[in-house]
Amino acid sequence: METLVFALLNGVIYGLLLFMLSSGLTLIFSMMGVLNFAHASFYMLGAYLAFTIMEGTSFWIALFLAPVLVGLVGMVVERYGLRRVHAQGHVAELLFTFGLAYLIDELVKIFWGRTAVNYRVPELLDFPLFTLYGAQYPAYRIFILFVAAFMLVALWYLLKKTRAGLIIQAALTHPNMVGSLGHNVPLIFMTVFGVGCALAGLAGVIGGNYFVTDPAMAVQMGPIVFVVVVVGGLGSLEGAFVAAMLIGLLQTSAISINASLADIFGFLGLGPHTEVGEITIASMAPMLPFLMLVLILMIRPRGLMGDREI
Amino acid sequence: MKSTVKAALAAAVSLCAVTAAQADTVKVAFIDPLSGAMASSGEPAYQSFVLAAEHINANGGVNGDEIEVVGYDNKVSPKESLVQLQKAIDNGARYIVQGNGSSVAAAIIDAVNKHNQRNPGEEVLFFNYAAVTPDFTNDACSFWHFRFDAHADMKMNGITDWVAKRDDIKKVYLIGQDYVFGEAVAAAAESQLSEKRPDIEIVGNELHPLAKVKDFTPYVQKIISSGADAVITGNWGQDMVLLVKAAADAGQEIPYLTFYGGSNGAVAALGEGAVDTLYQVSELAANMEDVSPEQNALVEEYKERFPDYDYYYHRAFVTMDMFKAAAEKAGSNDPIDVAYALEGLSVPGGYGEATMRAEDHQIQQPLYITTVAHDVTYPVDNTDLGWRLVDGGVISAESAMEPTTCEMERPE
Repeated sequence: METLVFALLNGVIYGLLLFMLSSGLTLIFSMMGVLNFAHASFYMLGAYLAFTIMEGTSFWIALFLAPVLVGLVGMVVERYGLRRVHAQGHVAELLFTFGLAYLIDELVKIFWGRTAVNYRVPELLDFPLFTLYGAQYPAYRIFILFVAAFMLVALWYLLKKTRAGLIIQAALTHPNMVGSLGHNVPLIFMTVFGVGCALAGLAGVIGGNYFVTDPAMAVQMGPIVFVVVVVGGLGSLEGAFVAAMLIGLLQTSAISINASLADIFGFLGLGPHTEVGEITIASMAPMLPFLMLVLILMIRPRGLMGDREI
Repeated sequence: MKSTVKAALAAAVSLCAVTAAQADTVKVAFIDPLSGAMASSGEPAYQSFVLAAEHINANGGVNGDEIEVVGYDNKVSPKESLVQLQKAIDNGARYIVQGNGSSVAAAIIDAVNKHNQRNPGEEVLFFNYAAVTPDFTNDACSFWHFRFDAHADMKMNGITDWVAKRDDIKKVYLIGQDYVFGEAVAAAAESQLSEKRPDIEIVGNELHPLAKVKDFTPYVQKIISSGADAVITGNWGQDMVLLVKAAADAGQEIPYLTFYGGSNGAVAALGEGAVDTLYQVSELAANMEDVSPEQNALVEEYKERFPDYDYYYHRAFVTMDMFKAAAEKAGSNDPIDVAYALEGLSVPGGYGEATMRAEDHQIQQPLYITTVAHDVTYPVDNTDLGWRLVDGGVISAESAMEPTTCEMERPE
């Protein structure tokens, strides 16, 4: 029972963080038609900017300012970089984002050094909130939960309930038609790209001190975010949400399981002391998202809720 | 007139050339993570070697030659390390230094063995300052490999002796990194505990991916629900820091018995919670009494030069001291001569005499069990906490000694 509760709590928080990252990516994908390889780099940028802002002022200012700054960087990238490359087709765009990811990585190393920075949880939130089965639960984790949930609702409201959201949705699928109706489609694209990056930046701000803020964080987070977007269905926010939750829960609960492959497949004759039988479920946790990616691509290439083939 | 000038110039030039040839540099290649998740382990070690080399150079170098330490970033990858090793050898390095990751060390030992077999006269030596899988000085021992750190079984002996004396510890949880070193630590803990305290129950034996876990909370919650009284871990670098950070977040207050609790940032992550819960077994006891003023001066100089880190890689200085002593004993900087001179060599060391055992090239030195405390001379992580020797925490070189199965093959 306690294992289940902890796995649920941790899984939901990790899943929400993943969704915050992948929601921006999936929006940008709907717009550009290609995956933005630099997306996780914006996540890293958010964490580093928050660290610097927090040193000078406070965490609460960083919480608002860092995502805005990351969003602005994203807008500049779209306006002066991607838009020009767009004319050269998808491959050029893909390569552009690929190069951008490396560029941001190296810049971060130059500005902030090659090792992890000491980006800490604000003191106000650095206390145990409640005790559950003998383990204290840090308040900051619940704070992440609330920020992520708030963002989720805000994004849903913006896209589904407001006129601006309506135009954005229309522009993503039918840019020419929306343009003909007199809307400034390039501006919409720039805004969407900026907001997408800002969301990644926000994930960085609250995830950077929950995990670690180091130059490797983008490279480590990048593949998982792609898995979320592809499994959820390219361009589908709902799909990304379901996939992020699924992966979050799967990864954290796998760690809590004490069984080995022999315990599960013993009935097939797999011995507990064979090479394969000895592998524990917990040690397979980092592999599970990618296993899911492969399976989804084989069985349902559109992803869980996607409406187009890759 | 012109010809005299020319002759004088030529003489001057040749004189320069001769002096340049006399004061050679001995290139030492430092191959370890200098970027990425584990750079917090590689960088302070690199600086330790650089500082040690500076000291030696200031005192006349090695047989009159200067030491130059060059860093090569291997990103803790055995594959990348081999590329960097080749690069280092091509750049003229005859001495290789590495420590972070036994998987890497195994690859380097293998590559150095092959290189030396194929290139007689251009041998290179491998100074291992931290990769502690016991096998390297047992079945897999090599004449070209010298280990300047106590291996996992030796360190584990210190830990299990301490556990054996604590009657309140009934359940122990083992957690480690999923590679050859983590497996060696778990195996040593299991066999030694069952021998010294058969009543102790091992309630968990967990291996997690190396340098990939960002959030140890699920692991810590597993430890808590197992009801463990103590945790034994060989984790190092970021894996050490994040593990204790998660433990502190969960309010866990059981002893963490570690090899590398001194990893940069671990004490800062735990804060007050580290006092009497974080233990480390190592060759370093910075706040011990009766340490020579020279050694304390070195600790202070290190902190002054590298304020982000603390004096932690004592073995780096021992390595370089031994290298200098061996080269001067042999009267040569040639790797084979140095290797033979190293065998059986002793140096004073800062915290007790260190001897390089000839039969397996495993250093023998006293080990110390330390824990975090207030009111210490040399605090770490820019906190007011530091490492203090525990009662009965001195393990003499004799009692730390382990037998070896090494059958060394020596070159002619």
